[in-house]
Amino acid sequence: MKGDGARIALLHGAVLALLFLAQFVAGDYVQLSLTRIMVLAIYAMGYNLLYGYTGLLSLGHAMFFATGLYVAAIGTTRIGLGVPEVFLLAIAIGALVSLAIGGLALRASGVAFMIVTLMFSQAAFLTILYFGEYTRGDEGIVIADSIRRFGFLGMTVDLASATLRYNLALALLAIAMGVCLAIVRSPLGHVLIAIRENESRATMLGYDVTRYKLFAVVVSGTLSATAGAAYALMFAYAGSTLASIQYSIHPLLWTLLGGAATVLGPLAGTAVMYAVVDIASGFTTANLLAVGVVLILLVLFFRKGLLGTVRQRWLPWLP
Amino acid sequence: MSFFPHLLLAVLEGAVAAATLALTALGLSLVFGVMRVVNVAHGEFYMLGAMVAWWLSQLVPAHPLLGFLLALIGAPLAVGAVAFATERLVLRRIGYDPEATIVATIGLMFLIQQLALSVFGADAKPVNAPFTYRIVFPWFGYSGYKLFVVAASAVLLLCVWWVMSRTRFGLIMRVTQFDRETATAFGIPVGRVYSAVFVAGAAIVAIAAVLLVPIQQAHYLMGLDPLLMSFIVVIIGGLGSLKGSVIAALAIGLLGGIVSVFFSPTFAAIIATLLVAFILVIRPQGFFGAPAR
Amino acid sequence: MSLLETRGLTRSFGGLTAVDKVDFAVEPGEIRAVIGPNGAGKTTFVNLISGRIAPQTGRILFAGEDITALPAFRRVRKGIAYTFQITSIFGNLPVHENVALAARAGKGNATECLTRVGLETRSGQVAGTLAYGHQRLLEVAMGLALKPRLLILDEPTQGLSDGEIAGFVKLVRAIASETTVLLIEHNMPVVMELAERITVMHRGSVLAEGTPAAIRADPQVQSVYLGTA
Repeated sequence: MKGDGARIALLHGAVLALLFLAQFVAGDYVQLSLTRIMVLAIYAMGYNLLYGYTGLLSLGHAMFFATGLYVAAIGTTRIGLGVPEVFLLAIAIGALVSLAIGGLALRASGVAFMIVTLMFSQAAFLTILYFGEYTRGDEGIVIADSIRRFGFLGMTVDLASATLRYNLALALLAIAMGVCLAIVRSPLGHVLIAIRENESRATMLGYDVTRYKLFAVVVSGTLSATAGAAYALMFAYAGSTLASIQYSIHPLLWTLLGGAATVLGPLAGTAVMYAVVDIASGFTTANLLAVGVVLILLVLFFRKGLLGTVRQRWLPWLP
Repeated sequence: MSFFPHLLLAVLEGAVAAATLALTALGLSLVFGVMRVVNVAHGEFYMLGAMVAWWLSQLVPAHPLLGFLLALIGAPLAVGAVAFATERLVLRRIGYDPEATIVATIGLMFLIQQLALSVFGADAKPVNAPFTYRIVFPWFGYSGYKLFVVAASAVLLLCVWWVMSRTRFGLIMRVTQFDRETATAFGIPVGRVYSAVFVAGAAIVAIAAVLLVPIQQAHYLMGLDPLLMSFIVVIIGGLGSLKGSVIAALAIGLLGGIVSVFFSPTFAAIIATLLVAFILVIRPQGFFGAPAR
Repeated sequence: MSLLETRGLTRSFGGLTAVDKVDFAVEPGEIRAVIGPNGAGKTTFVNLISGRIAPQTGRILFAGEDITALPAFRRVRKGIAYTFQITSIFGNLPVHENVALAARAGKGNATECLTRVGLETRSGQVAGTLAYGHQRLLEVAMGLALKPRLLILDEPTQGLSDGEIAGFVKLVRAIASETTVLLIEHNMPVVMELAERITVMHRGSVLAEGTPAAIRADPQVQSVYLGTA
């Protein structure tokens, strides 16, 4: 177990170090892509905590992502809050929303849980359209560069700077990864896995299964909202497309592709899928085609995903 | 307009909405009822049916009725074939695992949607109704075709009910629904029943699309609404209960039709989706379904 | 004071009353067996006690405290451990992790419990790959790791070989020295050998209760159960 801890720290540290070094060799386009991938990977990591580790399939995570997104966008452009304040506010509201939604949705299980999350998310999406006056619907809110330049602890931070943005995304990714590792490797994480494996058994060992699930929903939703807020602030945009059903499916796809229930899986899945869609969009306007094909192929032939397969074949200690 | 004509219009619109709901949800309800899997691509089967109907109708632009009749045969065949391929190549291989089926049919949803975009383009495609008879009330005129849709969906529902409750195949389906293992023990070829049910569900929703496309227009993104509405109907009716689905469709359709005369459609949709979510939260088995065993 | 007591416990499904006004008590330290023909209501009865289903009427007392309204997991925490009739383990997790999950919940010692059931050499193996008899032992180890005051064993010898059953009987007797055991069992020799008192259920009610010798001699029991067994 002790040896595992060192290996795990080394591996995940190495991945972060590689990402840090990448900025010195990558061109502008790759750097921007990597920034996006890192932010979206945080979203996928949050999703993975619920789906991969706890075994709860949500089709409504876009509502958590959108919560962060719109709190950030509306908070900065309409209410005039500063960027650091709005970021913390988005995380707090994300936690509250996931607590409320989790408390309700967890009364259902299995297919019903999936449909409940889908319905709540759809209601949130429609609400964003309905209040188009404030959210500007699918046209979206653009956050001006002047808002994204602010003083923080005596420094001037400019989120329009590509290098700064890259390193901020990396720092957030590192934190998210740390949170996931800490949870997954703790006794609590073991209980989440136990619930995924055999819920009635976990109950009959005296675990309050509903509370553990609620914890998973809240952490998962909060990470998603954090990613949403970061996305809005870094890329200066919040639009209703990012709250649509597609954006609930994306993290599921990234998680499955990278390997459900592996800490690095969502990052790998997000990166690979980003590249696939990027290449595919050179040939066709139907860029969700790749998403559909990959999902079907994964289910048919590659159920464990990239890192799930790595763990099965070579590295059984992979968290 | 005074109150009574207003109410009459609302009831007519409600009846059309109820028929639409019942038609689109019927196939999903059948598939979930017998196979216990959720087909997320259900809405795309609907869209595909509408596209085929459009394609056939523009082959014979001068004769809307001929195009309609062609579509009534061609659309269920084409969509049924897609469903058959899906069942054989994907669902069967993953053993109808509920979660894997959801993920795979999500994939299929994007696949069909994007292929339709590539083949048919992004513009909406109007389809002429097979006839344009207009019923003239003293206060307003109303499309005779819409009322035909109501009648046709009633007939289709009766047909499905008859097959389920009065025929040998219906009996086989009900046994399979009750317990897959018992069915196997009785010598029922469960695999073939699943194939047939999945194809039938797709064919029914394709027929629904042919009937409804003249009042909706065909578009590659048109599948999401019927999918969500079907979820709503099937859930409120009780997952897997055909009777419940029909009653739910009637109730929601009539209510929704009436509400939409007074409120904005988006607002009505928000209320409807929230309502479903809360119903599932309070009563996960719906109003007519049996609790999970 | 009885460790476990039920008063007028009733549960019906549709028209069938599976458990009908059952008054029942287990004393601390005893090995109690509940027997009865198929459909007598034994499984429903233990499910009511463990909290997996709720009764329609009646009360359940554990160490004098009313636990009728407590959810299953709270009853486990109060000291009622339940081993499933149909083996229910974490099949994809290692043996040791299975017991550790129980031990963490019940403050027991996982390694010690594995040793007691004789699975200490297999602690690294994936639980689902254990032989069936070993999986049943793993269930018992998980029950022990909960440090229960009452251990409910639901048909524990079902599907075991004669040799395995002999080992099992010895194990249960050792366990009984430190905790109360409620045994739901089909295998009459096992029941007669282990139980200090036997409760016979028939059609949802208690038909008879007494020592193995008394139950063996009861003509009513013989007619409904032993005669057909």
